[in-house]
Amino acid sequence: MVGREQFDQELLEVKDKVIQLARSSRRQLEQSVEALYQADVNLAERVIKADEQLDEMDLSINEAAILLIARQQPVATDLRKLIVAIRISTDLERMADNAKNIARSAIRLGEDHQLTIHSSLADMRDIAFRMIDLAIDAYYKEDVKLAKQLSELDDLIDNMFSHVLEELLHMSASNPQKIQLIMQMAFSARYIERFGDHLTNIAENVMYLVKGETFDLNE
Amino acid sequence: MDFVTGVALNQTVEASNENIVYYTEDLNLWYGQTHALKNINLPIYEKEVTAIIGPSGCGKSTFLKTLNRMVELVQGVQTSGVIHYRERNILDKTFQVEELRTKVGMVFQKPNPFPKSIYDNVAYGPKIHGIKSKKILDQIVEKSLKGAAIWDEVKDRLKENAYSLSGGQQQRLCIARALAIEPDVILMDEPTSALDPKSTLKVEELIQELKKDYSIVIVTHNMQQAARISDRTAFMLNGELIEFKDTDTIFSTPEDKRTEDYITGRFG
Repeated sequence: MVGREQFDQELLEVKDKVIQLARSSRRQLEQSVEALYQADVNLAERVIKADEQLDEMDLSINEAAILLIARQQPVATDLRKLIVAIRISTDLERMADNAKNIARSAIRLGEDHQLTIHSSLADMRDIAFRMIDLAIDAYYKEDVKLAKQLSELDDLIDNMFSHVLEELLHMSASNPQKIQLIMQMAFSARYIERFGDHLTNIAENVMYLVKGETFDLNE
Repeated sequence: MDFVTGVALNQTVEASNENIVYYTEDLNLWYGQTHALKNINLPIYEKEVTAIIGPSGCGKSTFLKTLNRMVELVQGVQTSGVIHYRERNILDKTFQVEELRTKVGMVFQKPNPFPKSIYDNVAYGPKIHGIKSKKILDQIVEKSLKGAAIWDEVKDRLKENAYSLSGGQQQRLCIARALAIEPDVILMDEPTSALDPKSTLKVEELIQELKKDYSIVIVTHNMQQAARISDRTAFMLNGELIEFKDTDTIFSTPEDKRTEDYITGRFG
């Protein structure tokens, strides 16, 4: 049997890059939320700076996939692997943009805001962590069952976001002088919630990769 | 509609009979002791391009040559099963092979024009079938050369020897020769494998044009070609029909692992 070792190796390299980008996006979320809770403006600035590297990683995944499509003219699963790598990479890059936005909120809040960051943001972050880990696993193993679990967790994040928003509204009503700061917190909750949406997209892409059909997990 | 080896065809085929030019039913073929085609059940649809792909020795060319019974020229060939062509069994002893040759044209891997003028190459078939009028022959030659998208290149040199043409032009001349008998079906056995990329694309475009009027069966080693030009694709392996579906499905989500391995270049 004649194999395509070189091509298979290159496909694996693209996959590894996607997983690296997923881990980097996770770290960006971790550090941006940390900056928010610790009122650490330096850390927030580092998150913003590091986003450039993630943009580059996304670009390099796109370039590698396009070159392989041009050179190897893949079909069926091979083609889907590359298309899915491009799509997932885009979602990961946008997740990282949300982390960057959280870091910006941390900077706007500054170091002496005297505000207690709502504990639900950390809970939402933890669910997002679980989702990222699950997405990496599902993508690595090309496992549809794992991918499907992601949409359930996304529902959880959505519900938590609604509750946080309600509580923050009450808080702003009783602290009108802090409304600007409370809004930054609400924005940050929204940015974490967006992670869930992108991760659901990734789950759909894993399912497309395996089944060759398009799924909508947001229904 | 899927047709897979071993699946009884009768009912499904009857349901859409009007669109089917050929269908083979439990077709088996042996070269001496070698079992080269194994229970092939495959329909060929009207005014479509059907591609047959598979590694060397899988039986794809043999299958093509059974459709016009050319395979009988090989000594020691035995067949069983049925090949329905327009509701008649062409494997039946009483079926006149000459009749088939007026309905089914064939184009080969290497362009094989006769050592005659361009004009005579195309007029040859109609002449054999009894057409003598110069005026009618002129019309047939022009129509066929236009049909094969080569008229503009040769109209001023019809008396020149066909060997003066390039390989790509010779192949289109052979297609024109096949068109001259006004066939129902055109069989093509790797028609572009001896051509350069530009001539290949020209022939591929021509095939797309031809399918408006003819049913085409093409055997090709070039999987991208099958993906580009065919409506349905049959994948054969070791004399068996492994999978037959519309081309989009074969090249995006084939059902059989062996099909996937072949089209992604993992064997063959």
